[in-house]
Amino acid sequence: MLLDQSGEIEDHWPLLADGNSVPNAGYALVPLARLDEARDQDGVYLGAQVPNDANPETLSQHFGRLGLISVDFPSFSDGRGFSIAARVRDLGFTGRMRAEGPVIADQFGYLLSCGFDEVSVPDDVAIRQPAEQWLAQLDRISLSYQRGRSGRTSVLDQRIASAG
Amino acid sequence: MYRYDEFDRQFVAERTAEFRSQVARRLDGSLTEDEFKPLRLMNGLYLQLHAYMLRVAIPYGTLDSRQMLMLAHIAETWDRGYGHFTTRQNIQFNWPKLSEVPDILDALASVEMHAIQTSGNCIRNTTSDPYAGVAPEEIEDPRITAELIRQWSSLHPEFTFLGRKFKIAVTASAEDRVALRLHDIGVQIVRQDGKAGYRIFVGGGMGRTPMISRELRGFLSKADLLPYLEACMRVYNLHGRRDNKYKARIKILIHEKGIEAFREQVDSEFATMKREAIAAPPEEVSRIAAYFSPPALPDRSEEEAKYSRAYQSDPDFAAWVQRNTFEHRTNGYVAATISLKPIGGVPGDATAEQMRVIADLAESFSQNEIRITHEQNIVLPHVAVANLYAVYRALQGAGLDAPNKGLVTDIIACPGLDYCALATARSIPVAQAISNRFASPQRQAEIGPLAIKISGCINACGHHHVGAIGILGLDKAGVESYQITLGGDATESAALGDRTGPGFGYDELPGVVEKIVDTYISERDGDRETFLQTYRRVGMQPFREALYAA
Repeated sequence: MLLDQSGEIEDHWPLLADGNSVPNAGYALVPLARLDEARDQDGVYLGAQVPNDANPETLSQHFGRLGLISVDFPSFSDGRGFSIAARVRDLGFTGRMRAEGPVIADQFGYLLSCGFDEVSVPDDVAIRQPAEQWLAQLDRISLSYQRGRSGRTSVLDQRIASAG
Repeated sequence: MYRYDEFDRQFVAERTAEFRSQVARRLDGSLTEDEFKPLRLMNGLYLQLHAYMLRVAIPYGTLDSRQMLMLAHIAETWDRGYGHFTTRQNIQFNWPKLSEVPDILDALASVEMHAIQTSGNCIRNTTSDPYAGVAPEEIEDPRITAELIRQWSSLHPEFTFLGRKFKIAVTASAEDRVALRLHDIGVQIVRQDGKAGYRIFVGGGMGRTPMISRELRGFLSKADLLPYLEACMRVYNLHGRRDNKYKARIKILIHEKGIEAFREQVDSEFATMKREAIAAPPEEVSRIAAYFSPPALPDRSEEEAKYSRAYQSDPDFAAWVQRNTFEHRTNGYVAATISLKPIGGVPGDATAEQMRVIADLAESFSQNEIRITHEQNIVLPHVAVANLYAVYRALQGAGLDAPNKGLVTDIIACPGLDYCALATARSIPVAQAISNRFASPQRQAEIGPLAIKISGCINACGHHHVGAIGILGLDKAGVESYQITLGGDATESAALGDRTGPGFGYDELPGVVEKIVDTYISERDGDRETFLQTYRRVGMQPFREALYAA
C-alpha cells in the first residue's frame, strides 16, 4: 500500500527489475547502485531507491536529476531513515520522498515531519493497518515541539503567535 | 518551577489518548506484540518479572506538593501503597495492571505529569542538579536548559527510534551532582569571558562497557544548544551501530570512531543544518527562565535562636543537620535531604503515607518544591533554618529521618532479582544486609563519606562502576556471585572502579564490605582522608590482601 496525507495513492514508479535496461521514457525507480547508469537516460523521470546507510552527501550530486528518493526501512524500529530524510531535505532536495518498508501507522507523523511525503508498506502491515489508521494517527497528534518539515507550526511558534 | 501552558497540557492529553488507542489496537490485532513493545516502552511501561512496571517522568527531578500527593494517590489506588524513586530522578510503580495504565496516565496528566520517554530507544528524562537554584556557586539555574531539552526531545520525530536509549544531564555547578561524565551527553553551563555558555561532553555511560565521556566542545554559545544537540543526535542516529544492541550506545561509536572524527562530523552537520529552525526563540527561553526565577525568600536569620536551642539539646537532630543539609544561597535557609535509606530499608522506596508527609512539608516549609536526587533521595530545597526542627520532627514521625546522606548506608541499588526480568542476582537484600551491618550512627560517622552502589546485572542500573565500593551481582552456574570494584566516582573527579578479583557469594557480602571498610580505616592518613582519597593513595593492594589472604 502506498499512501500520503490524503490516503491511499497510486504508485507511478515501477521498480526497475534486475537485468532490465533503464527506459528512456516514463517513470523508473532504480536502485542506488544503478543511478550513474540511469541518469544519462534523460527522457526518463527518475527515482532512486536507497538503503538506510546511504550517505546523503553523496546522494546530493544526483538531486537535480531525481523526482523521488525512496528510503528503505528494513524494520520499523530502525530509525536511520528518519535522519536520512531530514539530512536530504537540509541538503536541498525538493522532490518527493518515500519511506519504504514495514513502518507502522504510529510513525506516520514522524515520517512526514522528517521530510517524507509518502509511505509504502508491505501487505501484512497494510492488512492490519489500513489507510484509515494512518490518517487517524495524524488527527490524534496535533502538536509538536519541533518545527519539522511537514508544514505544521511548532508549539514554540504557536506560543509566540498567541502572545501576540 | 515550570508550569504547563495550554500547549503542554494538550500535548500530554493527546499522547495519553494515543496510548489508550495503541492499547486498543494491540488488543484488536492492528499492532503485533513486536510493534506494540517499543510504543509501550516509550510510554514508560515495562514488563517485569512478576508484573508490568510503570515509570513516571519527573523532569530534572523537580516536582511540587500537588504532584507528590498524586503519586501517593496512584500508589494507593493502582499499586501496593508504595513507589520507588530511581537514579534518573523518576518514580516507578511496580504493580500496575495493563488495563488500568491509561487511567493512571490520565491521573498523572491532571497534575502535569506523564510517563513519556522514560524507557525505550529514545531520549530519556533529562536529569539535573537537585540543588538547582540553591547552590551558592551555581552559574544559573540549569533547569532552564533542562526544560528546553525536555521540550525539544519530547517525541522528536527524528530521534524516537534510535539504536539505543539516550541520556542527557545538565548542571551549572563545578561540583558535579548529576554524574555528568557518565551520560551519553553531559551539558555543563560554564562562563567564558563573562558570558554563560555550554561545555558539552559526549560518550559516557555505564552498562556492560562503562566509559567516562569526552569533551566534545569547550564552549558553545547558548543560542546554539538545540541545533548542536540535534547535530550530535543525527550523527549518532546515522552512524551508531545497529548490529548489536550491546554496542549501540553512542559511547561505542565515539570509542570506535574516535572523538576527533565524531567532532568533525558533528561540526559539518551543524554547519549545514537550518539552525534557526531548530533553536529555541529568545522569547521562549525567557518564558521558561521566568518560571525558574528564584523564590522570594525573606531573610530569616534573625529567628535562628529557636533552631540553636534544638540543635544543642537534641543530638539526633544535630547529627541530621550536619549530615543532611546543604548550604543555601539565601541567608537563613538550607536545602534538606530526606534520606530514603533507613537502616535495613529498600533504597529509594517511599510509601504513600511518606509521600504525603513530604508533600505537606514542602507546602508548609519549602516553597511547595521537592527534588528527587539520582542517589534515590529527596530534597526540600528551600527550608528556613528556623523551621528545620519542625521539619525534622515530622520526618522522624514518618521514618524519614535517617541522618546518613553520603554515608556507607546511603546505598544506591537497582531493583535486582526481586523485580527485574533482566537481573542475574538480588540487589535490594544485599543493600539491606549491608545497611544493617553498619547500622550504628557512630560507626557511619567514623567511616565518613562512602558511596556503595549495587547492580543486580551487567546493565549497571545501580551504577556500581562509579561506586567507591561497587557491587555487581552475576549468575555463576545458577549461583549468585558478586564482583567487587573499588575507587569508582560519579562526581567531577569521575572514575570507574577497579575489580578486586574473584567474586563472592551472597552470604559473604556484608563481611566483605566490612573488611574493605576496616582496611580503609587502618590505612587512612587521619580521619579526614576519605575512602576515595585513601584508595587513590594506597591502591588496590592492601584491600586485595585483606579480601583474599588465606
